[in-house]
Amino acid sequence: MAKQSKLFDSDRPKSQDISWCPGCGNFGIRNELMDVLEEMQYSPKEVAVISGIGQAGKMPHYLEANGFHTLHGRSLPIATAAKAVNPRLEVIAIGGDGDMFAEGGNHLLHAVKRNPNITVIVHNNQVYGLTKGQGSPTSLPGMKTTTQPWGVYDEPMNSIALVVSQGCSFVARTFMGYKEETKEIIKNAIKHVGFSYVEIFQPCVTFNKVNTFMWYKNNTYFMKDHNVMDKDQAMIKAFEKDPYPLGIFYINKEKPCFDNHLPPYKDSAEPLYKREPDFNKISKKIELKRG
Amino acid sequence: MSTLNIVLGGAAGQGINTTEELLTKALKQSGFNIFATKEYMSRVRGGINTTTISISSSPVRSYREKIDILVPFTKGVVDWTGGRLSEDTLILGEKYLEQEIPDGLTHVIVEIEKLAKELGNKLFANTILSGLLFGIVKADKKALKKVVEKKFSSKGEEVAAKNVQAAEKGYELSETICKEYDFSFEIERDSSVCEDIVINGSEAVALGSLNGGCNFVSFYPMSPSTNVAVELANMAEEMGIIVEQFEDEIAASNASIGAWFGGGRGLVTTSGGGFSLMCESLSLAGMSESPVVIHLAQRPGPATGLPTRTAQGDLNLALYAGHGDFPRVMYAPSNIEEAYALSTKAFDTADKFQVPVILLTDEYLVDMYYNVGTLEVNDTVDKHIVEMNSDYKRYKLSKTGISPRGIPGYGEGIIIANGNEHDEYGDTTEETGLTTAMQEKRMKKLEGLKDEALEPFFYGNENYSVLMVSWGSTRDTVKSLVDKYEDKGLAMLHFSQVYPVYDASDYLKKADQIIAVEQNLTGQFADLIHRELDIKISKRILKYDGRQISEEFLEKELSEKGVL
Ligand SMILES: Cc1ncc(C[n+]2csc(CCOP(=O)(O)OP(=O)(O)O)c2C)c(N)n1
Ligand code: SF4
Repeated sequence: MAKQSKLFDSDRPKSQDISWCPGCGNFGIRNELMDVLEEMQYSPKEVAVISGIGQAGKMPHYLEANGFHTLHGRSLPIATAAKAVNPRLEVIAIGGDGDMFAEGGNHLLHAVKRNPNITVIVHNNQVYGLTKGQGSPTSLPGMKTTTQPWGVYDEPMNSIALVVSQGCSFVARTFMGYKEETKEIIKNAIKHVGFSYVEIFQPCVTFNKVNTFMWYKNNTYFMKDHNVMDKDQAMIKAFEKDPYPLGIFYINKEKPCFDNHLPPYKDSAEPLYKREPDFNKISKKIELKRG
Repeated sequence: MSTLNIVLGGAAGQGINTTEELLTKALKQSGFNIFATKEYMSRVRGGINTTTISISSSPVRSYREKIDILVPFTKGVVDWTGGRLSEDTLILGEKYLEQEIPDGLTHVIVEIEKLAKELGNKLFANTILSGLLFGIVKADKKALKKVVEKKFSSKGEEVAAKNVQAAEKGYELSETICKEYDFSFEIERDSSVCEDIVINGSEAVALGSLNGGCNFVSFYPMSPSTNVAVELANMAEEMGIIVEQFEDEIAASNASIGAWFGGGRGLVTTSGGGFSLMCESLSLAGMSESPVVIHLAQRPGPATGLPTRTAQGDLNLALYAGHGDFPRVMYAPSNIEEAYALSTKAFDTADKFQVPVILLTDEYLVDMYYNVGTLEVNDTVDKHIVEMNSDYKRYKLSKTGISPRGIPGYGEGIIIANGNEHDEYGDTTEETGLTTAMQEKRMKKLEGLKDEALEPFFYGNENYSVLMVSWGSTRDTVKSLVDKYEDKGLAMLHFSQVYPVYDASDYLKKADQIIAVEQNLTGQFADLIHRELDIKISKRILKYDGRQISEEFLEKELSEKGVL
């Protein structure tokens, strides 16, 4: 892959030894993300990419930005907290569909509810990549896998409907093959204050022979004249398939943002690592116990 | 008489806590040392809960079962406390309890409910009772009045005045019955106690953590650890800290790792069941070298066990939680002063060594309270972090195993943390050389941690023949036995840090007999000593019925073992 952004392209010894398969959709998402960050004039030190486990989860190693490659499904609580203590940091959580929906499903639900000011990017390749091709929560019925040799028979999870139904603050879906549109969506998600959910269709050229690059091209379209403020409309769109709508489904400006209610930032936006505890107040608390 | 044990027993929701609060505050204000511990059932209404309040001329730190005065608030209490009663016990209770009192015990009928109704509301009963008990020990009437006024002032002048009247009624009642039944409990007072603070274990952990620079608290509710979160949540606004209840313990512990990564100082508070869910994140902390502080308030297990009871059964869980090898630290505070001091220290150790630090308390410790002089407050917190340069390496190999830890946004560089095996920058690796070096680097910290391990507390006869080995909240009860039987060659060695264990071989080898005292079924700490110090402790005094080891229990066990 041609290098796109210089600023976010790392030169650490291992960072160019990218372990994704040639042709994998992860490359496109990486390039789009690097471009967006550069275009938005972030510097690497202002950004933290927190990932779970999976092929998508390897992202922090292939970027020049702060990163934490955590555990399967656990990026959201970690990202939420990192943002809470360090509000000036632009925090992006990254994971695959297995990572975010299966192992991390409960965290996703609660991140939507808690609404921290972070952006989550779900690489949805409708299969488990890193563990070599098992069915994922979004695999389509009929897809034969090593562990579902009879073919997947259950209804795939509708994550867009799920998060819209919970009043998620920002909900979008795109396909990495649409470079400019995807960049625009990621930009909007980052700018949005609150929990921004961005699902990106991504071909897994090795294990998913159903949902190929062309399949995504042929089975998706960008919504036009869709009112992003209208939850009912978003819900209807969320249930549409063949083709799948892309674009911003829903923006909820009413939802209280977690970070706006955190006591440390009443008077100052200074990150917590720059502060000292107020020992006088602790003394006073102890003094009160004399009474 | 130097110490009086009053036990209040009743159903949950009957207001024992109000009486306890009024009484202990006012007693302390009058110059008595106080100590209170409770036992309660896992239910919101009904059942039987008791509080033991020790009133003394000198500081009380250990638990005695003996009851001098029992106040049953409901039927069934006398039976429930049966084993703790003796001919000397005085039972103060309503007439309808009479048929429950076994022969030979003294029952003084007090018609508090009637008095309360006469005053206009049965809710006054708790205040009357406080006055009554207060009068029995001839405490300072003014102190009671002050405490009652303060407690009810928020409910309006009239309510406050009525309650003061109720307290006075109780006090008068005590004078009549003391005369009538001819008893008196004279306990010497010490005016310096009036200036003491009264604090419980949960508050000590909460304040100790703040003193250690804690500014991010994540948890999922579970008894008996929740009160620490409650304390901190109530201070969050004032202290400018973040306190968040997460969706489960998995999220709570991972959030704490995220908080430390971002530059915060996170505390997680939980109990065994919750800690079980945190094993995964403990491993992540181990691999990513993230500082972590987990307060683990023990209760009996396995599974949901006895939710409101006490135990020391989670040592092995905390010791072995997480897969793969990585160092950790486990403190086990003995009492409230240590709960405070070690909560503070936990943050410094976690930060300095970038390892998980587990603070093992238990239900008994977090729920107990007593008066103490003061608690020292820091004037600074050492933050062991560095400003990153452009070639910053998060996992730089070093002699001590410690690599300087950066914070995103601090300095020109960037930081890559990783739960996969990694190179010095933090990027994933599978190279054999690096894989070996990184594991050894992480484990190297154990040497430094051993050097800093807390020395155990030795107490007793210097020429001891019997050495009791204990850890955690049993210290002061064990100590009371040493005080009593020092002449029989008794001594104790108590550990407030259970891992890494201080090398106390010299003490242990000198003893003719070593006896481990623990509140679990197998003697988990004795086994750890065997593993770590190669000294076998086969004699064990173990209690695992969910109730705290008492002086009486220990005395009986020691005599059964032929020691006394
Ligand atoms: C607790 C835990 N369970 C299972 C695994 C194994 N595992 C690694 S990645 C993965 C699934 C990856 O699929 P997905 O999240 O869709 O990401 P992709 O690799 O397709 O990008 C699994 C099951 C793990 N690492 N940790
Ligand atoms: S296995 Fe699939 S998802 Fe993983 S790198 Fe290869 S193509 Fe991409």
